Amino acid sequence: MIKVVFFAALREQLNCSELSLNSNDFTTVADIKQHLAGKDKQWQQVFANNALLSAVNHDMVNNEQTVKSGDEVAFFPPVTGG
Amino acid sequence: MTKTTYPEISIQTDDFNLLDEVALLEYENDVDGAVVTFTGRVRNQNEGKQVTSLTLEHYPGMTEKSLSKIIAQAKERWNIGRVKVIHRVGELFIGDQIVFVGVTSKHRQDAFAANEFIMDYLKVQAPFWKKEANKDGVNWLDAKSSDKHKAATW
Repeated sequence: MIKVVFFAALREQLNCSELSLNSNDFTTVADIKQHLAGKDKQWQQVFANNALLSAVNHDMVNNEQTVKSGDEVAFFPPVTGG
Repeated sequence: MTKTTYPEISIQTDDFNLLDEVALLEYENDVDGAVVTFTGRVRNQNEGKQVTSLTLEHYPGMTEKSLSKIIAQAKERWNIGRVKVIHRVGELFIGDQIVFVGVTSKHRQDAFAANEFIMDYLKVQAPFWKKEANKDGVNWLDAKSSDKHKAATW
């Protein structure tokens, strides 16, 4: 299984803070994004945003990052702390 | 290198006290002559709008990892002693302290530069998000391109 978590505006737009995916179905972060974008129109719109950031196991990654069972994948908007 | 006897990173809802933090940076630290601190506070206005409050969200686990990496980079680039980063989360009001960065070094240049570097990188890499409340309602703040450009100058 892969745990997927969402934060801030993204979590609110999707009305979802986390979900689980079968790790056998995905090789990269891009695969996960494509799958989630296919859920419905709202998810499609959210994942069409190029500014979206991704992290795997708490490290910022790009779309080509590979994923495996046990990973925690996160999607969130550009950060605004400080 | 100066031994740090307390955690370098704290994510907390509680306020912090500048003098207490300076005292910790200086405690049994006779090698560093410079102590540089930065405190960020909630402004009353943002982009022309009167702000009533901010709510800070973060990604527990990643926040600490991200800040650790930033601090490690600062230690590689400059000759610094102790580092402390505090970031508050939850609901904050006008004038409330949000963030603290404290750095010590033997001479001032290293502490000044490292402090600014840590703050600039925190702004663009650490997973915090601000939701602003103003008279029109609430909205998530957009990241500023000026912060991205500033971080890219290091």
